[in-house]
Amino acid sequence: MLRKDGLEKVAGTAKYIDDLTFPNLLHARTIRSTIPVGEITGIAFNFDTEGFTVVDHRDVPGRNIVALIDDDQPCLVERTVRHVAEPILILAHSDRRRLAAADVRIDYRPAVPNYDPAASSVSFKSVAIDKGDLDAGFSAADAIVEGEYRVGSQEQLYIEPNGMVAVPADDGRGITVYGSMQCPYYVHRALTVLLGFPSERVRIVQTETGGAFGGKEEYPSIIAGHAALAALKARRPVKLVYDRVEDMIATTKRHPGLIRHRTGIRRDGRLTAMDVDVLLDGGAYATLSAVVLSRGVLHASGPYRCDNIRIRGRVMMTNTPPNGAFRGFGAPQTQFAIEVHMDRIAAALNLDPVRLRDRNALRPGDTTATGQRMGADCSAREVLREAVKRTGFAKRRKALAGTNKGIGLSLFFHGSGFTGAGETKLASKASLALTKRGARILVANTEMGQGTRTMLAQIVADTLGVAYDDVEVNAADTGEVPNSGPTVASRTCMIVGRLLERCALEMRDRLAGLSPRAYLRRHGPLVVTKQYEKPPEMDWDESTYRGDAYGSFGWACDVIEVEVDRDTWAVRPIKLTTVHEVGKAIHPTLVAGQIEGGTAQGLGWALLEDVIMRDGRMVNHTMTTYIVPTTLDTPDMDIVVMERPYKHGPFGAKGVGEMPIDGPAPAVVNALRHAGFDLREIPATPEKLMSCSSR
Amino acid sequence: MQFTLNGKRVRVDAHPMARLLDVLRESCGLTGTKEGCGEGECGACTVLIDRAPVNACLVPFAQVAKAHVTTIEGLRGRHPLQRAFAELGGAQCGICTPGMILAAVALGPRPSTSAIKTGLAGNICRCTGYSAIYRSVQRAGAHARVRR
Repeated sequence: MLRKDGLEKVAGTAKYIDDLTFPNLLHARTIRSTIPVGEITGIAFNFDTEGFTVVDHRDVPGRNIVALIDDDQPCLVERTVRHVAEPILILAHSDRRRLAAADVRIDYRPAVPNYDPAASSVSFKSVAIDKGDLDAGFSAADAIVEGEYRVGSQEQLYIEPNGMVAVPADDGRGITVYGSMQCPYYVHRALTVLLGFPSERVRIVQTETGGAFGGKEEYPSIIAGHAALAALKARRPVKLVYDRVEDMIATTKRHPGLIRHRTGIRRDGRLTAMDVDVLLDGGAYATLSAVVLSRGVLHASGPYRCDNIRIRGRVMMTNTPPNGAFRGFGAPQTQFAIEVHMDRIAAALNLDPVRLRDRNALRPGDTTATGQRMGADCSAREVLREAVKRTGFAKRRKALAGTNKGIGLSLFFHGSGFTGAGETKLASKASLALTKRGARILVANTEMGQGTRTMLAQIVADTLGVAYDDVEVNAADTGEVPNSGPTVASRTCMIVGRLLERCALEMRDRLAGLSPRAYLRRHGPLVVTKQYEKPPEMDWDESTYRGDAYGSFGWACDVIEVEVDRDTWAVRPIKLTTVHEVGKAIHPTLVAGQIEGGTAQGLGWALLEDVIMRDGRMVNHTMTTYIVPTTLDTPDMDIVVMERPYKHGPFGAKGVGEMPIDGPAPAVVNALRHAGFDLREIPATPEKLMSCSSR
Repeated sequence: MQFTLNGKRVRVDAHPMARLLDVLRESCGLTGTKEGCGEGECGACTVLIDRAPVNACLVPFAQVAKAHVTTIEGLRGRHPLQRAFAELGGAQCGICTPGMILAAVALGPRPSTSAIKTGLAGNICRCTGYSAIYRSVQRAGAHARVRR
C-alpha cells in the first residue's frame, strides 16, 4: 500500500512551510532574553526602525499567555524573564538581510537562577500512587536493593525546523496560520485566547511537517502567536521560520530526570515491594510537564506485578527553557530506571535477568500500580520469551562474558492514548464524507512522517469496502475538519482510527449496498461524524490515581549487543533485536518504520545525545556539536511484530508511535553492565564509561 | 552566470557568494532542496554537482559556473530510487528524502550494504532509523538490474 504522501515527498514537490511564499510577505525574527532570570530595565533599538514592524507584549489584543494547561507562560515577556531565549520582541521586515542586521539592546536587572530541580521550591505537579502495604512488602522481602538513576535531556531534532506563516484577514479581525505542527487545534485555541478573536476568525492549517516527535506539539502555538501578532500589526503576511540554532536553543526538549528505586525481593526472585521516587526538571514554565510526569509515574514500576507499590513523582520549575513533549513523554525516563534497576537486582541476588523478569512480568488478570487489571492482550512474557529465544540470549551472554562486548535486554510497555480520563475530556470527533468514488476523511490529526493519512485511509477503505485509492484525506485545516484531538500519545490509530472505523461502519449501513455515486445521486451529500465513547469497563479516578490509566498497553522487549572500544571508550551498538506487540499492524511497513525509527532515537538518547547546558543555555546548539545517530551509528535491527488484538482498537490495533523509544537506553546500559561497566545514567558517553570503569 | 541545471542550460543572476541552496530555492524556484542545519551536517540540501553529492548550503554560487547541477526535481519522479523510497518506507516525513535520494543516486546502481552505509553517512534521517532506506536503495538497485 503506497503511502498517500509518498510520491510527492520523493519527487521533492511536497510543500513544507519554508517552501511557501505569499504576496507582500514580511519575514520575522524573534528577539530573545540573554539572561536566565531577572527583570527587563530597558530596550534600545540601535538601528533605523523605519520600515520595520516591531511587536511587543502591548500589541497582544487578548490575553498575553500561551494557553495550554496552566496559564503561566507569556507569549511575549512583559517584564520578568525566567529563562534564556525567552521571546521578548518580534521584528518583521521585507528584507531578510536588514532584519538580521537589526541590533536591539536589552538591559536587565539579573536575579539568581536555579538549575537544580531538587532545590526548586516551585512544583508544577506532584503525583502519588499507592498500592497494597509497602511496609508489609518490605517485611516479606529477603533482600532490599536500592538505586538512583539519571537520564539526560534530548532534543527532538526533526530535520525541518519550526516555522509558521500568518496571513491576516482584510479587516484585521481574523487570522489564518499555516505551518509545521502536530496539533492544529492546540494552536487554534492558543490564538483565540491570545488574539481575543472568536474561534471562527482563527484558522490553522498544517503544512507538510518534516518530523516532530513531540517537538511540534506545544511550541508551535508560540510561533504562531508571534507570527500572527506581527501580521495583524503590519497588515501583511508574515513568515517566521527558525534556523537550527534558534530551534535548538529556544524550543522544548525531553525532561531530564532523577529516579530512585528501593525494592524488596524474595530469594526466589519475586518482587514484594517497590518504592519509586521520580523527579523531573520542568524548566521555566509548566507547558505539558504535569502530563509528562503523569505518564512517567504510570510507567515507573515497569511491566511488573507487585502487590505493594509506592510511587511519588514531582516535576519542578528551574530556569532553563521549558521542557516539553518528546516521544515517550516521561515513560522512557522512568522505564530506563526500572529496567536498569532490574538488572542490578538480578546481579545483587545472583539471579538470571531473564528469569527475574519472567517471574515478575504482568500477565492477564494481574493488576498494575494503579490497580488496572490486565486483559487478554497483556503480552509482557510473550515478547520477552520471543526476544530471548530469537537471540539465543543465554548462550550469547555466556559467549561474550569477559570480552569487550556485552549483551543486555529491556522489557517495557507503553499505554496507548491519553492518560486516565484524558480521552473522555477531549471528546474527539472525526468525520467521514461520502464522495463519488469513496470517502473523504476529515480529522485534525497530522501527518508528520508516521503515516497518519495512509493508515487512516486503510481503515476506512477496508471497513467501507472501497479501494484505498478512493479514500481521500482532507488537509488538517481547522476551517474544514472537526477537532479529533492532537496527534500525540500514540492515540491516532487506536482512538481516531476507531472513530473513523465507526464512521465507515455507519456509512456502509446507510449506503445499504448502493455505490457511493448512486447514493449521492439519490439522497444527496452524506457526512457521518462520531465522537469518542469511553469503553464501558474503563474506570479512572484522577484524585486517587486508581483505576484504568490507559485503554490498553503495547508490550515490547529489546535485546542489544554492544562493543566498547578499549582505546576511545566509545560504545558501538552491533545488533538489536526487538519484539513489539502492537495489537494489529494496520500497515506493516509503517509499523516497522515507527519501531526502527524510535529505536534509533532511543539509541541516540542512550549513547550520543548530550544536551549540554551552561548558565541556563544549551551550548552544543548545532548539528555539529549535538550528535544524533547516522547510518554508521545505527546497528542492524531485527524487528518482530506480534499481534494480540485490543477489542476497542480498529481491527484490534493499539498504539505504536512512542513505545519503541522506551527500551533501547536501558538495554544498552544493561549490555554495558554485562561488559563490566556499572553505569546508572545516560547518555553513556566515553567520559562516563571511563569514570565508572571497573577494569 | 551560466550553468546547467537539471539538464538545461540556465542563466541566473545572483551574488557569487550566495549559497547555492538559496539560489536554487529562491532564484530558481526549486524548493525540493531543503535546509535542515545550514552548516553541512544534515545533508538535507544535498545536490549533485557534476554527479558528486555536495551540501548546497556550503557551496557559494560562483562555484557552479559551467557545472552540471542536479536537484531532486531533475529526477522527474522517475528514478527507480524514488519509487522504492515511496514504497518501502524510505521516506517518512520526507524532509531528508530529496537529499538522501540524490546521495543514493551518487552511489551508482548496485551499491553494497557497506557502501550504502558509508555513502549515506552524511545524510541524517530522524524518522526511519535508516533500515528502510537501505531496503529502498537495494530494491532500486535490483530494479535497475532488471531493466538492463
